[in-house]
Parts: sequence; structure tokens; C-alpha cells
Amino acid sequence: MSRAGLVRGFDRARSSVDSGTGRGWPGGTEVAQHVLLVEDEPNIAEAIRFILTRDGWRVTHVADGLAALARVAETRPDLIILDHMLPGLSGLEVLAALRADPATAATKVLMLTARGQERDREAASLAGADGFMAKPFSNAEILAEVRAMVAR
Amino acid sequence: MPFHILVAACLAYVIVLFLVAFLAERRARRGRLGFLQSPLIYTLSLSIYCTAWTFYGAVGYAARSGLEFLTIYFGPTLVFIGWWWLLRKLVRIGRQYRVTSIADLISARFGKSNLLGVIVTVMVVIATTPYIALQLQSVVLSFGVFASETPDGVLPPDAEQTAVWVAVGLALFTILFGTRNLDANEQHHGIVTAIAVEAVVKLVALLAVGAFVVWGVAGGIGETIAKIDAANLSAWQMEPGRWTGLIFLSAAAVICLPRMFQVMVVENANEGHLARASWAFPLYLMLMSLFIVPIAVIGLERLPVGSNPDMFVLTLPLAEGQGGLAMLAFLGGFSSATSMVIVEAIALATMVSNHLVMPLWLRFSRAGARGDDLRGVVLMARRVGIVGVLGLGYAYYHFSGGSAALAAIGLIAFLGVAQVLPVLIGGIFWRGATRVGAVAGLLTGFVIWGYTSFLPSFGPGAVLSTSVFSEGAFGLAWLRPHALFGTVGLDPMIHALFWSMALNATAFFLGSVLTFPGPVERLQGAAFVNVFEGQIGPRRWAHGQAEPEELLVMSQRILGEDAALALFQAAAKAQGKAGFLPDTTPEFLGALEARLSGSVGAATAHAMLSQLVGRATVTVEELMAVASESAQIMEYSAQLESKQEELTRTAGALREANDKLMQLSIQKDAFLSQISHELRTPMTSIRAFSEILTEGGLDPETVVKYGGIIHDEAKRLTRLLDDLLDLSVLENGTVQLNLTLTNLHEMIDKALIAARQTRPERSFEIDRDPVAENVYLLTDADRLTQVFINLIANARKYCCSDHPQLRIAVRLRGGRVIVDFVDNGLGIPKDAQALIFEKFARLTDGNRAGGAGLGLAICREIMANLGGTISYLPGQGGAAFRVTVPIRLEKQAA
Repeated sequence: MSRAGLVRGFDRARSSVDSGTGRGWPGGTEVAQHVLLVEDEPNIAEAIRFILTRDGWRVTHVADGLAALARVAETRPDLIILDHMLPGLSGLEVLAALRADPATAATKVLMLTARGQERDREAASLAGADGFMAKPFSNAEILAEVRAMVAR
Repeated sequence: MPFHILVAACLAYVIVLFLVAFLAERRARRGRLGFLQSPLIYTLSLSIYCTAWTFYGAVGYAARSGLEFLTIYFGPTLVFIGWWWLLRKLVRIGRQYRVTSIADLISARFGKSNLLGVIVTVMVVIATTPYIALQLQSVVLSFGVFASETPDGVLPPDAEQTAVWVAVGLALFTILFGTRNLDANEQHHGIVTAIAVEAVVKLVALLAVGAFVVWGVAGGIGETIAKIDAANLSAWQMEPGRWTGLIFLSAAAVICLPRMFQVMVVENANEGHLARASWAFPLYLMLMSLFIVPIAVIGLERLPVGSNPDMFVLTLPLAEGQGGLAMLAFLGGFSSATSMVIVEAIALATMVSNHLVMPLWLRFSRAGARGDDLRGVVLMARRVGIVGVLGLGYAYYHFSGGSAALAAIGLIAFLGVAQVLPVLIGGIFWRGATRVGAVAGLLTGFVIWGYTSFLPSFGPGAVLSTSVFSEGAFGLAWLRPHALFGTVGLDPMIHALFWSMALNATAFFLGSVLTFPGPVERLQGAAFVNVFEGQIGPRRWAHGQAEPEELLVMSQRILGEDAALALFQAAAKAQGKAGFLPDTTPEFLGALEARLSGSVGAATAHAMLSQLVGRATVTVEELMAVASESAQIMEYSAQLESKQEELTRTAGALREANDKLMQLSIQKDAFLSQISHELRTPMTSIRAFSEILTEGGLDPETVVKYGGIIHDEAKRLTRLLDDLLDLSVLENGTVQLNLTLTNLHEMIDKALIAARQTRPERSFEIDRDPVAENVYLLTDADRLTQVFINLIANARKYCCSDHPQLRIAVRLRGGRVIVDFVDNGLGIPKDAQALIFEKFARLTDGNRAGGAGLGLAICREIMANLGGTISYLPGQGGAAFRVTVPIRLEKQAA
């Protein structure tokens, strides 16, 4: 936790300066934080992966819910970015499954949704999402949210 | 003759009668009615008119008043010869409506009024009581005559005791034969046959005595006539007023006397018998009266002064030492008395049970019509009635002291029953007669009769004090019983006759004119008055709610089990039903009522049926009130019901509309959500990559790649917007169709080329039938081609076979062309087949090269606009779509 606090403080300072244009992990010696990206739209996944990787995050991308659950157990990510509308299991169902498993119950989850209605935000919050972001978003926004959540 | 021999003779005679009755009854029960229903028996049974009064009393009458006794015969003779049409009407009514007594007839005529039944019953019972007493007296007298001759010193019982025993014996005989069973027609074949035998006995006895007197005593016809001329009888003066009055009285009596009504109407089996009786009965009367005067004259001449002329028939043969003849005469007199008493008792008991006992029992028995064995109750009522009637007769005999002359008592009774005549005649000839009028007339006549004739008959000081006779009731001179309204000097009989009949008729007339008959009364009145004019249904039953079982149970209690069962079975058979439970049709109920009327009277039968048919009310007014009330209630409830229905309908419509709106709202939300998603997804990519590009610092390869993504996503957005617009136009029906005559083959060619842009890397084998495709369609070619493109593109997109194939089959059928697109993929899962034509119903997200899930929805809308259909064909191996389109699309009048 102390490390997270450190990172956050640093990141926040940095993000406020150059708004996510920096590369690599600033701590240098620290292991890169791991983000699991669950997104079925390949173009959006590519964009997020690019943005986060450039900011020094290690990003694993899967396209559906089942794969996501498998990867979670395997990789224990620091943060999961979870699209709402997924083929097969929906984002909310994946979230519920994560929260039901004690091993992943505390894992931070950022929900993405393209529907952007208040209802969806509430549903995500109820299901136990730690953050919520409506598409489309600016690169700075998602970066700031990811940093804030991991630091928290 | 020794008393005990006399008693033995009487018993023997009674036993013979009993046998006759028993055999006749058995015969009738076996259905072999034969002569039992012959006009001869009918005529002979009518002879009960000739009672002991006629048998013994006529001689006494002649001895006292000369030829006046003839009036007693003239009345009936006139009625039977001259008024046969009146009798015929009575008989017809009686038979048609199964009238059981004169009280029943009057009750039925005036709207089945039980009040009238009660009044007539009470009147007739009271009026006939002296008459029954008269019979007892005659039997006692005749016993006395014989007993006085007893040589061996055995003292005969005193008259009182004899009277008691005679009354008891007659009651037993009557009960034995009069109440053996309850016949629907109230006919007693056994009794009637026995009476016919008695009629013969009394006629033979009287003729024998007469013949003996004329030829045996007087010494021939000539001598007899000479003696008659010599007698002071010839000095007797005829009083025209009294004659007319007496003839009228006896004529009225023959119609109104309960026993005459019984044999003439109730026991009548055939209306035709009346024709025979119309001359045969007067003939009988003539024979009965043939020797009256000679017997009287010779008796007065031969017998000691002070001998009772009422007993001449008996005492003359005795005086002449003709024991056998005297015995015959005695039996003749005995026959006259017994036959009268038996029939009278039966008739009165029927009235009493039907109009007094049964209504009371019905009212106070908690079980009502459904209760215990009603048959038993009715029979018991009859038996009690018989005992009661004979008891009353004995009581009258006892209290009147038996001193009055026979004829006088008979006339009092005649006048009493004659009070029924105005109402009876009025009832069957005048439709305007009403119940109120009838009650008024009957009560008026009855009161006057009681005051001027009946009560005085007990003698001054017995019931009415002597002061009433001399000074009138309450000291009012005009209320003197024998000088009503100051009519002094009239013969008491004629005085009573005049006032009672006049006031009776007046009250009846005024009461009828001043009141209005009730509905059933009018119906019954019309039915009775117009009895010869076909059937006017007087007893209309609506379809009742009575269960046939209940009706059967009730009927069995009244008619007896077998008779009721037979009746029901016949009715069921007539209705074409098996078993013994007919439908309770109005006709059946009417017939049943008629049948039950025969046993318990019209009003009671009506009341009982009413109870069972579900109308607890008995009076017609109540019935009508209930009917109109229930009609109102029914109307009201019908209104409520229709309102309720309307509300239910409205509620249903509202609910439906609401459901629709809810569904629409849900659909709209889902649609907006979908649109939002479909729009935001490409926009997210575009925004993210454009920001990345703007930040710079990328290698040229990446720039190109990201630029390409932006381009694709922009195109996707455009296509989505196009589709949405298209769909909106198609759905709203505002699409402009451009109808041209185009070859189907060309359209498919075009579609195949256009669809090649979808996954162009895949090589697709297309299976076509150019010959079948060579058909010109009048349609919007661009739109139809768009559908084809969609279907072919879908196949290219989703067919997962390694060697994808698409078969395009074309067929013509009934002015329509059918184009099937079948690929060799996995097809669409069954549960998804229903969804594919819905908006955004994309099934897999694997390869969605730009589709927003609107393709098939658009196809469906296009086909609807083109007058065709598009559907999924299950079970074709791969995904299979069928497009049906009219060959010539008629331009719709927009």
C-alpha cells in the first residue's frame, strides 16, 4: 500500500504535468503494474493498449468474458478494464463472477460502456465496479482514471 | 219385525252393496270400466237426488200439501230437459279443468281464490247438514216403525242410539269406499255402482209399494182415481208463487247440491252421457213420483188418524200385513238415505280437505309441499271430513229434535245450497264476474239464508229468541226473520228464497261491476266462460325451475307412486325422452296441475306447484308483483352486467395499450441504447486514435495503420447512420418505390458483385439456375437488390464452412417469385431464428465487418414495402432465407 501511495503521488504529479505523454515506468526499478483489458472491439482495445503501454503499464488484452476470468486467475492483474457489452458473458456478469471469488473480490475494476446512460453507471457501481468510464473518452481521461484507481 | 232381524237385513244389504262397490272398484282398477262408465249407470247415479226425503217425504208432502211435492221433481226435470246446455257447460268445465267439487269450480273460476273455496265449503257444509240429519232421521224413523212391531218384547234401542249407530255405520262405509284411494279424476267407480244399485232398489221398492197400493189395496186404477178425487187433497189450492219458488229452488238444488255436482260433473266419464240422462233422469223422477199421490191418499184413508204420512210407504204395507213388501220399502228408504249420505259426505269431505285442511296444512306444515306423505294427509283429511260431516248431521238431528217435517228440512237445505247458484251461473256465463262480487254475493245470500231460514228452523227460542221472531233483531221490526224489510205475510220459505237470492244476486252483480278482476281471474274467467271455444290456456306455466324429481316426489305423495310414475313416464315419452323425468315445460306443468287439481283442488295444486316451481308466492298479485319486480331487477342487473363488461373491455384495452406502450418504451430504450452503443463504439476508436496521431511521435507505419482505423470507423459510422435513416423511412412507410420491369437474373448478378466487398478474401461457390432466374419483375429493383446483397453478404460473413457455398434457387408460384438463399454453414440456432429480423439482433460478434445488426431488419421492411416476405427456412443444412415477392407489384394508391 505504501508503494501504491508513492506511485500515486508521483503519477499524479506527472500526469498533471505532461498529461500522459511520458514513456516507461518512471520508477525504473519497479515491476510494471499489470492491467487486464477486456474489450471485444479490436480497434478500441488497440487504442487503450497503446495508451497504457506508452504510460508504462503492462497490458494484457482478451476479447471476451470467459477468457478474462481465466486470465484473472492466472495473472492476478492490478486492474481490470472491463467493457460492458461483451459477447458471451456480459461485462456485468464477469464483474459479478470476479466479486464472488474471494481471490479476485478486491481486484480493482474499471467498467467501460458505450451506452453511457446513468442506469449503466448505477448497475456497474452496484455490481461492485471501482470506476466507470463512458465511451468515447479522451486518452488523458482514461489514463488518469487508471492511475488514480491503482494508486487508491 | 224383530229389530235384530231388521239390523241383520240392513247389514246384509250393506254387505251386498259393499261387494258391488268392491267388485266395481276392482274392475275399474283393472281398466275394464265397460258398463261402469255407461250412461245407464250415470243416470242411475243421478238418482241420489231422490233421497229418503223423496222416498218417504214425498208422500208426507203430498198428504200435507197436495201436488206441491211435484215441484221437487219439476225443478230437476226442467233443468235436465230445458237447461241441459247449462249442465253440459258445467260438465265440460269440470272435466277440462278437473274440478273436484263445486267449491273447487268457483274457486278456480275466480282466479283460484282459496277464500272463495273456503266460503263455498263452509256454506255448503252448513247448508247440507240439515239434509244429512234428515237422512238420519228417516232411517231412525223407519227403524222405529219396524221396531214398534216387535212381538217378542225385545226393546229396540231408542232413536238417539239408532241415529248414532246409523251415522257411525254410514261414516264407516263412506270412508271404506270414498277414501280408498286418491284418484286424479276424483272418481269413485265402486261408490257410483253401488249407488246405481241402490237407485234400482229404491225405484223398485217404491213402484212395488205403489203397485200394491193401487192394485192390492185400492183395487185398481179406476178405484184409486176415484179415491183421489174423493180425498180432500183435490180441494187443495195451488199457490203460483210458492210453486214457482219451489220449482226454482229444486232446479237450483239439482245443480248446486254437492252430491249432485259430484255425480253429475265429477264422476262424469263422458259428456255424451248427459244426453241420455237428459231424458232418462226425468223419466226416473217421473216413475218415482208416479205412485206418491195414491200412496198418500190410500194411506190417509186406511191408516189411523195421526199416523205420520212421511212413513206411509212403510206403514201401509205393514198395516196390510205385507212384511216382505215392507222390508223392500224399508230397504228402498235405507238405500235412499245411505246413497245420499255417502255421496254427500264424499263431496263435502273433498271440499273440506281441499279447501280447508290442505291449505292450512300447507301453510303450517314446515315441510310445505315437499313434506311427509301428502297422500296420507289428504286421505286423512277426507276421512276426518266424512266423520265431521256425519257428526254435524247427527248434531243437527240431535238439536233440532227431529221433530220438523222431512220436507221442510229438505227445503232449507235446498235454499242454502242454492245460494251458490248466482255465482255459479254468473261465473260460467259472465266474464265480468269478479272474485269480490262472488264473495259479496255468497256471503250476503248465506247470511240472509241463515237468518231467515236456517236458524229459525231450530224453532223459536232455540237459536234465535222468540223476541227476534216477533220484534226483529235488535228490536228492529224490519229485521224479523220471516218479515225482512217489512215483507209480512209471505210464506217463510218463499220469503227467505226471495230475499236471499235477490240480495245475493245484487251483491254479486254490484261487487263484480265495481271491481276489476285480477289477471289470473280474467284468464280463468275467459277460460270458463268460453270453455266450448277451444282451449284458452288458463294455467300458463313459464318454464319452471322445478326439478322433475321434486315434482315427481310431490306427485307421488298425492297421486300415489305408480300413478305419478305412469303420468311422468307418459309425459317424458310424449317429449321423446326416455325414463320418467320429463322436462318441466309449461305444458307439462299445466297438465300436472290439472291432474293434481283432481286430488287436492285447483288452488292448492296451484299453490303446491308454485312452491316447487320456485315461486313461493301463492297469490297472483304477489306473483305479478314479483314478476315485474324481478323483471326490473333483471333489467338492472343486465345493465350492470353490460356496464361491467364495458369496463372490463376498457380495462383490457387500457392494459393492452399500456403493455404496448411499456413494450414500446422498453424497445425504444433498448433501441436508443443500441444506437448509442453502435455510435459510440466507432467514435471511441476515432477519438482515441486521432488523439494519438495528434500527439505525434509515431513511426510512419503506425500512422498509416492508425489513420486506416480512423477511416474504417468513420465509414462504419456513416453506414450506420445510413441504415438507421433507411430503416426509419421504410418503417414509416414513407419510402418512395421506383417500380421498373427488371430481370431477376440481372438483380442477382448485381447483388453478387456488390456483396463481394464483404470479406473479399473468401472465395464463394455460387450455385444458380439462370433459366429460372430469367423472369422479369415489376418491382423496385434497387430495393430488392439491396435485400439480395444483404443476404449474400451475410452468407459471406457468417458461413463458416471451409468451402463456402451459396445456392440461389428461384421458383414461380401463383404470381409470386420465390428466391431461396441457402449456404452450407451451420445455420442459425433454432431459438435465435425468431430474433434475426429484429433490429440489432446480431448473433455473433466475431466478424462484424461494419454491420450494426440492422441488415435483416431492413430487409424485412423492404420486403414488406415490396408486398413480399422474407423468412428463415429452418432445416436446410445451412442458413437459408426465403424471399417471396410478387411478380407484378401493383402501385398502391398512396
